[in-house]
Amino acid sequence: MGKYILKRLLWIIPVVLGVTIMVFTIMYLTPGDPARMILGSNATEEKVEALHEQMGLNGTYLQRLGRYMKQVFVDQDLGSSYYTGVSVKEQIKARLPYTLRIAGISILIAACIGIPLGVLAATHHYTWIDNTAMFASLFCVSMPGFWFALILVSFFALKLGWLPAVGIKSWTGYILPCLAGAIGGAAGLARQTRSGMLEVIRQDYITTARAKGQTERKVIFRHALKNALIPIITVMGGMFGSSLGGTLIIETIFSIPGMGTYLTDAISKRDYPVIQGGVLFISICFCLIMLLVDIVYAFVDPRIRSQYAGSTRKRKAGKGDKKE
Amino acid sequence: MKKKKKSHTREILHRLFKNKLAVAGLVVIILLVLAAIFAPLLAPYAYEAQDLTSTFQAPGKAHLLGTDNLGRDILSRLIYGTRQSLRIGVLSVAIASVLGITFGSIAGFYGGKVDNVLMRMLDIYQSVPAMLLSIALAAALGPGLNNAILAIGISTMAEYARMIRAQILTVREREYVEAARAINASDPRIVLKHIIPNAFAPLIVSITMNIGNSILAAATLSFIGLGAQPPLPEWGAMLSAGRSYMRDYGYLVIIPGICIMASVLAFNLLGDGLRDALDPKMKN
Repeated sequence: MGKYILKRLLWIIPVVLGVTIMVFTIMYLTPGDPARMILGSNATEEKVEALHEQMGLNGTYLQRLGRYMKQVFVDQDLGSSYYTGVSVKEQIKARLPYTLRIAGISILIAACIGIPLGVLAATHHYTWIDNTAMFASLFCVSMPGFWFALILVSFFALKLGWLPAVGIKSWTGYILPCLAGAIGGAAGLARQTRSGMLEVIRQDYITTARAKGQTERKVIFRHALKNALIPIITVMGGMFGSSLGGTLIIETIFSIPGMGTYLTDAISKRDYPVIQGGVLFISICFCLIMLLVDIVYAFVDPRIRSQYAGSTRKRKAGKGDKKE
Repeated sequence: MKKKKKSHTREILHRLFKNKLAVAGLVVIILLVLAAIFAPLLAPYAYEAQDLTSTFQAPGKAHLLGTDNLGRDILSRLIYGTRQSLRIGVLSVAIASVLGITFGSIAGFYGGKVDNVLMRMLDIYQSVPAMLLSIALAAALGPGLNNAILAIGISTMAEYARMIRAQILTVREREYVEAARAINASDPRIVLKHIIPNAFAPLIVSITMNIGNSILAAATLSFIGLGAQPPLPEWGAMLSAGRSYMRDYGYLVIIPGICIMASVLAFNLLGDGLRDALDPKMKN
């Protein structure tokens, strides 16, 4: 077990390095010269050259990459915005919590709606409940999250005036963005839970559980759902990535001072240090979440646990009512 | 052999057509394609024709779905918009699948160290959330629909790479691959002629669903100003433009959103139906 976690932790290092190189390369290949954009088109060649030097935009690809890597990993500095001069690190520190909070709450809401809906659909397979639930979730999967956010704003904020349309001064400001972020995930989870449950329900151990006179409730929740949940945990981890992406867009709708507004603003201005730092940080957060998922996975799935444990554990795991 | 294959296809189609929702999806897709082809005939106005004397007209007789802030007919813009959406869906999925299949084939076919290195690269690449990667790539390439398509294509290729690799790993040692190798078939030929056709079922389901997802992703990019640029009538861009007038003219936001949703839903329904038809075991 410890070996597995250690292995997984060490893998974070090449991933972070790789993501840094990738993000840097994408920005390196970007056409357009930020120095010229700052100075305007009338600037003399010398002035542009001097600003290049100052911003670290001179030199070959490898020189610049080396400088950036040193800056990020040795000095632990992500640079500062070309326009405001504010440190990217400080800004991320202030903004990232908003984004993570919204993405996290969205996932929780999605799980609270999606998983029960999926179970309900699977246990009522081929009935109108199943059909309605599945059509509704397919409907929601197909809906643009940002569009749903706008509809929510126009109804609950502009028309009824119940909730604020922009900003998050109090907890009420979180309701609409989190709902908008949750809808797609809830639908996706419902579909995943349903197919997972349907697969598990056909297994022999479910028949066995029923045969020994277990109540249907216990069969569904103790035997079926517990096994069906294992792949769903992975799905939820991956979903955090799309939720982060969705949150970035939703933030711009609600003018939330998170990473989304920061990044979209920086993109329109070609503010490289901000884009690089922002993408890098969100990716690192995502990596850590996936790491957590893998570790949780190892805890809940005896098959993985047994791979890294001694032979005694292996036998114990084989006895459980896991599907093979 | 050929006869058997034909009946197999027929059986799949039969199962597909029995699924009402999948047929509904297919019908919507056909309508979208027809709208895209015959846009100049169907649209009552030109998509870029401005009429500043009749801005913000509510849906009515002269303009069935109303006009926008520049007096452009929304229905016409929506009809022309199908061209953009279908182009986005098809092209970005084509880019993603070609890149992914190439990548996955190399990894699966050569195995060993090559596979290990490529798959670790793919892991790193996938640790950036796809939407964020699309945004970063689209920002780097610069605004514009073609760049958005390229960005979406590149950032969604991993799924195909993993799928093809997994398929290759399961069939690599099969007799027919060995037979193909024995008659001196080149590696690309083996992949194209023998391995991809065997991975056809999961591939076609993915492709169908991803066309919908790409339309959604492109609408998102357009929404934050990275995709289609005005006056191009792309649904996401129309939605984004209508946002400023949402309080008073809600239809400017609602109608393009419904179009996006309907077309994505259609591709998802068809994809679901195809999956069930191709693999009846899955349907329980």
